[in-house]
Parts: sequence; structure tokens; C-alpha cells
Amino acid sequence: MIRLPLVLFFSAVLFSAGVYGVLARRNAVLVLMSIELMLNAVNVNLIAFSQALHDLTGQAFALFVIAVAAAEVGIGLAIVILIYRNRETINIDEVNLLKW
Amino acid sequence: MLSEYLPIVVLAALALAFAVASLVVSSLLRPHRPTPAKLAPYECGIEPQRLPKGERFPVKFYVLAMLFIVFDVETIFLFPWAVGFRRLGLFGLVEMVVFIGLVFVAYLYVWREGGLDWNEPVRRSGEREQVGEALRAG
Amino acid sequence: MLGQFLSHPPVELGPIGPELVLAGAGVLVLLGGALVRRRQPRALLLASLAGLTGAAVVSVSLWRWRGHATVLGGMVQADRFAVVARLILLGVAALALVLGHHYFERLGEERPEFYPLVLFTTLGMTLITAAADLILVFLALEILSLSLYVLTALSRRLAAVEGSMKYFLLGAFSSAFFLYGVAMAYGATGSTHLSTIARSLAGQTGNQALALAAVALLVIGFGFKVAAVPFHMWTPDVYQGAPTAVTAYMSAATKVAAFAAFLRVLMTSFQPLTWDWTPIVWGLAVATMIVGSVLAIAQTDIKRMLAYSSIAHAGFVLVGVSAATQEGIQSALFYLLAYAATILGAFGVVMLASGRGEEHTSLGSYAGLCRRSPLLAGLMSLFLLSMAGIPPTAGFIAKVNVFRAAVDAGHWGVALVGVLASVVAAFFYIRVMVLMYMQEPLEDVEPDPSIVPRLAVAVPALLTLLFGVFPGLVLGLLERASVLRW
Repeated sequence: MIRLPLVLFFSAVLFSAGVYGVLARRNAVLVLMSIELMLNAVNVNLIAFSQALHDLTGQAFALFVIAVAAAEVGIGLAIVILIYRNRETINIDEVNLLKW
Repeated sequence: MLSEYLPIVVLAALALAFAVASLVVSSLLRPHRPTPAKLAPYECGIEPQRLPKGERFPVKFYVLAMLFIVFDVETIFLFPWAVGFRRLGLFGLVEMVVFIGLVFVAYLYVWREGGLDWNEPVRRSGEREQVGEALRAG
Repeated sequence: MLGQFLSHPPVELGPIGPELVLAGAGVLVLLGGALVRRRQPRALLLASLAGLTGAAVVSVSLWRWRGHATVLGGMVQADRFAVVARLILLGVAALALVLGHHYFERLGEERPEFYPLVLFTTLGMTLITAAADLILVFLALEILSLSLYVLTALSRRLAAVEGSMKYFLLGAFSSAFFLYGVAMAYGATGSTHLSTIARSLAGQTGNQALALAAVALLVIGFGFKVAAVPFHMWTPDVYQGAPTAVTAYMSAATKVAAFAAFLRVLMTSFQPLTWDWTPIVWGLAVATMIVGSVLAIAQTDIKRMLAYSSIAHAGFVLVGVSAATQEGIQSALFYLLAYAATILGAFGVVMLASGRGEEHTSLGSYAGLCRRSPLLAGLMSLFLLSMAGIPPTAGFIAKVNVFRAAVDAGHWGVALVGVLASVVAAFFYIRVMVLMYMQEPLEDVEPDPSIVPRLAVAVPALLTLLFGVFPGLVLGLLERASVLRW
């Protein structure tokens, strides 16, 4: 039996790794992957809570999150491809037509 | 005891049979037109026409992979339904038909918009996910 | 067999009737656009408008809903708050469809995807206003966000694609935070139902530390969607980059939907923690009003200026939210109504005044607009006055209401900052009016002469005036809609 706080800590570390990736990476595809990492960290969290609470809601929600994450990747890659076709780069620092 | 694993063995045998059968059938059906270029042995570094820059794949791969992921992931909703199939009964079946109908609508859209054509430029993709999601209202 | 089907779980589809109508219309329009050989954008437009009308009729019929308060396993709330928010959203969507149809027709670009995407976005938005479960809030949020990312990129312009990418990356980032907040709330209370969470927190059975983390993360997620400072960075880029008709739609509708869900989540499930989240919202409101108003002064592009102005308006709505009372909800709803009409109209005028496509959106090209098109200049002035909060416009009543709600709840400070921010903001609104009326035209731009989009812009203008002069017309209705139960 794995103790709940350990799993929560693990998922927090995963989530933070994702946040770091989003903030530090300049390649749009890698940023996208970091966001996926964050979503999956939350999934770990949900499953852990579901197990600890003996409640199925968390697991059902995790399924929805997986599907949403897939849809998000689909849209994200489509946008990255559009950018690449136009600019020949997916470095998000070079995509700067609009000022921040 | 061991008989519990019989379904897995059967499944494995079926999978193997399917794989072998597909290879055999395709080798029987495909045209066989050898040309010198095709028969030449490929050795790395000897005769590539142009060096690939970095690791770039044609965009088509991404588009198809994307479509695959989206449709593939929709199947995760079939698992909980299959587990609770007996208790859900006809109600669950109708719900699932609605779900699959919506996925089919998305497929129809992708197909008509040329998302599955390999040779023509892909028009656009990225809209159909919402259709799959819209059903969760129901 | 049939009896078994009918009797299975008690399925009451009534309260999601509007969403079912929208989904059906969206699928039909999507297939119509893809399957029919000779594409008829006008037919798609009419079909979409019919879908919106149907959804509106169903929504109105829900005003007198007598069934259970929540249906579908506690997922959907059937209350008047949802009805009002839905009607605002459906109205915005209808006007935006007309504007967008004209926009793409004028550009000569064929965009059959525009119509179903707007319908799906509206579906996500109306669903989020009625969601009584955090799972459904998240799913609806994703439906509307994913559709909006695509809508933003629905143009060949590079700026649109770029805005879309920024919107997507930051939006997905913020949804992950939101999702983490949902997981925390679930872990703290063992449920994702808004009312069960509230009961668990009120009874002190939930884990308070996890619940506080949940509030903070959910506020980040919502803060991003409503463009509150410091989660506003995407707004100017996206609003400037997106096709103007899409900007008009999303600036008005996204804010209404996100605030409706924000209000519901904070005021029901986290109502027992009101004393903990009020200061957070308070701080967000102050930062948003100040930063939005001050940065708007420095803008030279009208779309960017309106984007910063919409950020500032999010701050004013947050003032109403921070009151955490029924009066606060009512004032926030009225503010959202006034804001939606105003910003939709303002971007509509921008679309008509800037010729084909996206040229001439700099402030300079508005010089002398009253010579070229007195009507457009007049409409724009009305919207700008409403945004500045000058009587007799809806913006004035809205601002007075949110400030009064805040003062009644004891938040003097935030109301004072709000008044100061409106004074600062008035400066750049008036500046545009001075440009339009008192200067000679610099460029020779013919404004779009079409009639139908003008009518679509005139509707919000009429509403702005009407609610400014006779606010009583809707205030009573909103008061009855601003009860959130748990």
C-alpha cells in the first residue's frame, strides 16, 4: 500500500516539472508536451484521491481528462503546423509579430 | 486454475493469426514490379540524393498522427461502458450509439474535408474534437 | 425493454435542452458545410441562427422549471441564473454570426467552419453557466476554449495564427492549473458536486488546507479566462490578431460565460470559505482595474486599446464578485450584460470602419470618421461613453451598481480604486471621440457601406441606451436570477 501523501508529492513534482517546462522551453512542441505532463500529473492526483476515498468519480474524471488532453494536442499541433508553414520556425520567441 | 488464462491464450493466437494472415494476403495481392532502383541494396551513407535536414517529417505524418490520436482516445469511453454493460442495459447501449454516432460525424467531416487524403494538400483539421466532446452534455 | 429503457436512471433532459438544440444545430451545420457540394454560406448562417433561436426559446421555458434543482446525477443546475446568462450568450452569438458572415464574405474567404464553431463555442459557454459539478465546468471550459483557439486562427493572416498560438499555449497552461484545483477540491471533500463540496466545507469535514489550495488554483484558471491581471498577457495579442468579428464574439461572450461559472463556483461550493477568497478577488479586482486602464492609454491600435479596456472591465465585474452578496451577483450580471452589448458593438464598428480585412485599425485612421460615416462615428461614441461609464448609458448604471454592492459589503477601498480607474479610463475613450469628431481625416478609407452588419451593431447600441435610461426593465429580472443555491 502506497501512502497517499507520497503520491500527492509525486504528482506535485510532476506538475512542477511541467510548469518549468512551459516556462523554460522555447520550442512550441516541447511546451505542448510540458502541458501534457501537467495534465497527467493531475490524473495521478485524481486516481490517488479516488483510491483513498473509495470513490469512482476521480477515475471517471481521469478518463475525461485523457480525452480532453488528446483533443488539446490535436488542436495544438494543428496550430503549430500553421505557424511552421508561415514562419518556418516553431521557436515561440521568434513568433513575435504582435508585441507582448 | 490455468483455465482462467485460456481467453488470453485464445486472444494471443487470434492476434498472431491476424498479423500473419494480413502479411500473406498483402503479399498475394500487391503488384510485383521490380526495378533496378528498388532492388539495389540500401547502405547507409552511400547514395542518398539529399541529406535530410535535422529530423523533419512531412507535415502529413503529423496530421494523420493527430487524427489517429483523437479517434484512438475516444475509445477509452468504451471501456467503462463495457465493464458496466449488463447493469446499464438498453439505456447504456442507446447512449453509446449516440456517442459513436457523434464520433462518426467527426469522421465524416474529416473525410469530406480531405483530412485523410495522402497526396493532396490538407485543407484544415482541428475542429472535430468538439463534436466528440459535445456529447458529454448528454 | 422499452419500459426498462425509460425507467432506467431518471433522465431529465429539460435543463440541458438549450445545449442539446445547439449541439444538434452545430452537427447539422458542420455536416451541411462539409457534405453539400455547392456551399451556401447564407444557408449555413440561417440554419445557425435558427439553432440559436431554438436554444433561446428552450432557455426561456426553463425560467419556470418545476423539476429537480439539479438533474443528470447532479451535473446540471436548473436555475434562473443559468437562464439569464444563457440568453445573454445566445444573443451575443447571434449578432456575432451576422458580423462574422459579413466579415468572411467581404474578404472573399470561404469559411464554412465558422458557423458550427460558433455554435459549439456557445454550447460550451451556455453549459458552463449551468454546470453544477466541477467535472462539467472543466469539460465545458475546454469545449469553449478549444473552439475559440480554432476560431482565432480562422484567417489567413499571420497575426491571427500567432495570436491563436499564444492563446492556445497560455490557455492550455491555465486549464492545467484549473484542473489541478478541481483535483484538490475533490481530494479535500471527496466530491466534485458544487453543493456537496459546500456542505462538506461548511461542516468542517473537508480538508481545509487542500480546499484553500483548490480555491487558489481555480481562481488562476478563471482569472485567465476572464483576463484578470496578472493573467491577462494573452488578451491584447489575441484580440488584435483574431479576425475582428471573432474578437467581437469572444470579447463579449467568453467573459460572460467565465464570470457566470466563476460566480457559481465561488458563491456555492466555496461559500463557506468566503472570508478566505474575498481578499484574493479584491486584490485581482484592484490590479486589473489599474493595469487595464493605465496600459490602455499607451495603445495606438484600436483593437489593442479595446482589449486593454476589456481587461479593465473584468476588474469592475470582479468588484461585484468580491462583494459576495446577492446584490453583488446582480450587479455583476448587469455589468456583464452592459459590457457584452458595448464591446460587441464597439468591435462591430471597428470591423465596419476598417475596410476589407484588418487594415486601418490604428487610432490615426479614426481621425475624422464623422465626415466619412456619421452613423458609425455616432455608434462608436455611444459605445465609448458607455465604456467610460457616462450617463445615460448602460455602462454608467452598471458601474454605479457594482460600486454600491462593494460599499454595501464593506469594501470601501476597492470601490474607491474603481472610481479612480474609471476616471483614468475616461481619458482614452474621450481621446478617440476627439479624434473622430475634431480632426481632419488622415487616410482616405471608405467605411463598409453594408446595411445588415450595421443593423447588427445598432441592436447593442439600442440596448446600451435602453438599459442606461430604463435599467428597471432588467434589474428586477436579474434580481430574481441572482439567487445561487446549494
